[in-house]
Order: sequence, then structure tokens, then C-alpha cells
Amino acid sequence: MGKNLVFLPIVAVVIAIQLLTAWTGTIYYLTQLTMSAYYSLLIVGLCVVMGYAGQISIGHAGFFAIGGYLSAALTTRNLIPHADFLLVRLLNSLGCLQAGQDVYGDPLLVFTPWVACIIAILTTLIVAFILGVPVLKLKGHYLAMATLGFGIIIYRIVLASAYFGEADGISGVPGFMLVPGLLVSGDKAWRVPNYYIAWSVLLLAILLLRQLIDSRVGRALRAIHGSPEAAEAMGVDIATYKLKTFMLSAVFSALAGVLLTHYNGGIGPSEASVMKSVRYVAIVAVGGMANLWGALAMGMLLNFLSLRGLFGSYDDAVFGLILITIMLFAPNGILGLQLGRIWQGLPYFLRKKPVTKGVND
Amino acid sequence: MTTELFIQYLVAGVTYGSIYAIVAIGFNIIYNTTGIINFAQGEFVMLGGMLSITFLHYLPLPLAITLAVLVTMGIGAAIEMLFIRWLKDPGVLRMIIITIGLSILIREAALHVWGSNVRALPYFFGNEISTFAIFGARVSPQVLWVIGTCGLMVVALNIFFQATSIGREMRACAANRVAALLCGIDTRNMVTLSFVLSAGIGALAGAVMSPITYTQYDNGTGLAIKGFTVAILGGLGNSLGAVAAGLLLGIIEAFSVSVVPLAFQDAIAISILLIILFVRPYGLFGSSAMAGLKEF
Repeated sequence: MGKNLVFLPIVAVVIAIQLLTAWTGTIYYLTQLTMSAYYSLLIVGLCVVMGYAGQISIGHAGFFAIGGYLSAALTTRNLIPHADFLLVRLLNSLGCLQAGQDVYGDPLLVFTPWVACIIAILTTLIVAFILGVPVLKLKGHYLAMATLGFGIIIYRIVLASAYFGEADGISGVPGFMLVPGLLVSGDKAWRVPNYYIAWSVLLLAILLLRQLIDSRVGRALRAIHGSPEAAEAMGVDIATYKLKTFMLSAVFSALAGVLLTHYNGGIGPSEASVMKSVRYVAIVAVGGMANLWGALAMGMLLNFLSLRGLFGSYDDAVFGLILITIMLFAPNGILGLQLGRIWQGLPYFLRKKPVTKGVND
Repeated sequence: MTTELFIQYLVAGVTYGSIYAIVAIGFNIIYNTTGIINFAQGEFVMLGGMLSITFLHYLPLPLAITLAVLVTMGIGAAIEMLFIRWLKDPGVLRMIIITIGLSILIREAALHVWGSNVRALPYFFGNEISTFAIFGARVSPQVLWVIGTCGLMVVALNIFFQATSIGREMRACAANRVAALLCGIDTRNMVTLSFVLSAGIGALAGAVMSPITYTQYDNGTGLAIKGFTVAILGGLGNSLGAVAAGLLLGIIEAFSVSVVPLAFQDAIAISILLIILFVRPYGLFGSSAMAGLKEF
């Protein structure tokens, strides 16, 4: 249990931030912190795929979108016109559906958030499996291209189908009652509980990932990352481990999509865009690749700053600048930064001593 | 489908295909000397178009385009010298993320300089509605400019890489960096040159295509994705493969419009490409032996 003591200071910081915002009357910060926590959930999952299993994925916004869009569509699209279908009647009698009213007061019959969430997660698992089996055989840039292609396909599907709201996305998504008394909702009254819900989910996910990394699976993954051939020779079933990790991170992304969509009350196509996927990859990289805490720290920081709109219309530019700066001067991520390194990283023309030329240059 | 319609789709496919091919060749040139994909390649194309449009206020068209290409080449050189050259033994992923960051920066800079308006160069000959007929299909003369320029660039690049000593040095650098260094080739200059070269061809393509595809601060991203797809499909580093794959993608896209709604065009094209990639994991014209020599 000793190795999990590291969670204590983090929990303390999470609670301290909440108390601080309550004390200083800046409770609105919690909204962006909650959203950042959900994005970070996706990012720590991706961190295991990239950092530990060594597989790049530029398609994780696609999994996020599958989760978010399915739960949004299932909990808002009215089934009353189809109420006579056998399947709809069956689902209704099983308690999978709930009645409600739309904004005009007309009756509504939709999936309950729990059922929608489970359908979304199962769909993600199936998609991740079907995609993962052929894609994870690819390497390097080819893998990057294939996952990027998957992301574009999901983006185009949500952008082009009326069921997913085309360019407008889906709004009016109801809250998600996890258990009685715990509602995932953007309503102001639920701001503090939601902050804790998001962080609980995120920290549980990290706990799970840490257990995974320190287990047989984690050792196998590191072996794969180090040398696939050697790992295979030692009897490690490379394909299965890669696939399982990929599917796990896809589920994390989808769960982040489900929860954030209920929290925001809607989702738009920009959540599925390629730039989002690229952002997630970049955040994992600036966090130091195989470093869950680095991924968490950068995920929270960069998402929070973006969501606060601190840089106004220069938001993307600042993001690019941070990326370049960290990659130039701290290639092992902020947490891997040693001050002596900065000196080595300075441009060679700024240094006094000439660099000895050699084969290694 | 009538013959006219078939030709019409085919010409549209070849036009877009040759643009994709040029972007892909830009990727390949840098990939060959460094082993990385330069994700700012699409931004070179955008800059070529935007700078030409701006220079056109002061200069005649040919000079404006020439100047735009030269300036973009300068930007390519500056990028390499400021961000890539002095890195000590950089990992591939590190360099890729730096180029992603650069592409975001260039795009944002373009947004603040030129705004988000859609712009375009005027047609080189005639105007929007002037056409000529090929087997009954109506084709804009600008299409010939695009196809012709892209074709000429491919031929010129091939001559450059096969017949000039600098071209051969660049290929040596691509084949084996350490061996090239031992032969007295300054591999770092070759890397700079590869950035200059791919910035130049990207910018020229960007200027020529501007009248038909229009230029906006963010159309580099879409082009980069298409170009990346084509480069992968043709086998990374293989420029003739890129031409074939580019034409294939362009033609698939053009004909998919006749079957599915335009909104699904990208999804269809990319699905087909993914299937090809699953069957041929190193691209249509790549080989696993070649790919095994590369780090990433």
C-alpha cells in the first residue's frame, strides 16, 4: 500500500483548491477544473498506450466522441414516434427508458443515462477491438496515420449525420444521476459535488493504471516498448497486451466523453476534430511520455488555461509555443526537467565553448 | 455515367491528386533526410498562397509568386535552423511534436496577419467561367496550370536527385546518415536544404492551386492530413509512390461524390485507404525491409 501514499498529497491539494475557491469566492474556477479533470482522464489513458506500450494514437478524440455523442443522442433523441416497435417496448419494460418533457412541454421517451453510458462504453470496446486488431500491427508513422484516419472518419460521421446534430452538435443533454444524490450536471447547485465526482473518477483511473503498470501486464508492456523482438522471444504475447491496453484507454476516453457531455449538457463536432487528438498526444509528450503524473499535471494545466480563455484569441498560439518550448528544452517533460539540462539545451551558437564535431552530432 | 461526366470526375480527381502528391513529396523530402514527418508542411502550402496574394498588390503575378516561394523557402530554412539544427540527438517523436507546435504557430500567425477571410489569386488565364473542352467535359485552364506545374516539379525533382551532386548527397544522407557524414557530406546542411526544398515546392503548389481551391489561414491542416495519407500510402520516402497514391486518392474522392453525399467524401476515401494499409502495412509501394531501416 506504501506506494499509493503519493495519492494523499494529491487528494489534499484537490480538497485545498476547493476550499480555497469557496473561501475566495472564486467557485467558478471549479467548472473548468472539473472539465480539465475529464480531459485528463482521457490523457492518462493515452499516456499508458503511448508511454508504456509505445503505440502512438492520433485518434483518441474519436473514442471521446463515440462516448459523448452516443450518450448525448440516446438521452435526448425522442423514441415516442417509434414507441410501437417491439424493441422499444421491450427496452421500456426493462426499465432502460425514461419519460420526460422537451423544451416545448411535449412528452419525451429517451434512454436513461446509465443505459446510454453502458451502450456507449460497449460500442467503444467493440470499435476499439475492430480497429485495434489490424491497426496495432502497424508501426511508427503508419500507425499514426491509421489512427488519424479513424479520428477523421468519426469526425466526418458526426459532422454529416442528422442524428448527431451535424455542425450544431447535440444540446439539452440531461444530468446523469450516478447514484441517488450524485448528479453529473453543469447546474450551479451541483458544482462542488461534480468537482469531487470528476476527481474521484480521475484518481481511481490513475490508481488502476498504476496497478496495471506495476503488474505482470505493465512489465510486459515495458518489455514490448524496449524491444518487441526480445519480449516476443521471452514468450510475451505482444499483440494481446497492446490490444488490451488500447481498448482500456479507449474506454477511459469514452467515459470521459460520457461524463463531460452530461456535465456540459451537450457536445459539438469540435470534440471529435483531429486537432483535439493532436492536442492529447502533445500533452502526453510534454508530460514526459511514460509518466502518469506528468500527463496529469500537463493535462490539468494546459486544459485549464485553455478553458479559462486566459490567452483569448492567442490560445492556440500559446499552446503551440508551450509545446515547442518544452520539447526544445525539456524533452523528458516538465517533471523530468533537471536544471543542468537547460544549459545543454541552449542553442549552440549561444554557448561559449565550441561544440566538438563528431559522428554523434 | 456518361463519358463527359466520367472525364469531368477524372480531371477533378487528377487535379486534386496532383496537389496531394506535391504535399506528400514535401513530406518525403524531409522524411528522407531526417526520418521525421514535418507536420508544418501544409502551412508551407498555405503561406505560398497567402504571400502570393499579398505580393500581388505590389508586383505582377509571376514575380509575386516567385517572391512568395522564395520567402516561404526562407521560412523553411529559418524553422530548421532555429528549431531543429541544434538539437542534440533528438528523438523522432520530439521532432514531430516540435513540427506540430510550429504548424499551430504559423497557422495562428497567419490568422492574425491575414484574418479568417477566404482569399484567392486571380485565374492565371481567363476567369472563373472560361473553360475548354476535353472529350466533351468542360475544364478550367487553371486545372492545366495545376497539373502541369505539379508534373514539372516531379520531373525537376527527379532530375535534381538523380543527376546533380547536391541531389545525390541528399540521397546519400537519406540512405545512411552516418556513412554520408563519413564521406564528408555535411548532413546538417542537407537537412536545412530539405526544409528549403519542401517549403519551396509546397509554396509553389499553394500559389498555383489558390484560384481554384482558395486560400485560408487554416487550410494547411486538411492538406497536411491528405498529404500524409498519400505519403504513407505510397510508402514513406518514395516520391513516385506518392504521385501514384496521390492520383489514386484524388480520383477515389472525385468519384465517391457520385455515390455518397459530399459530407462523407473524406470518410469514404480514408476508409478505403485504411483497408489498403491493413493489407499492405508499408504502403502500396513500400517494403517492410525499407521501413525496418528507419527508426520510426
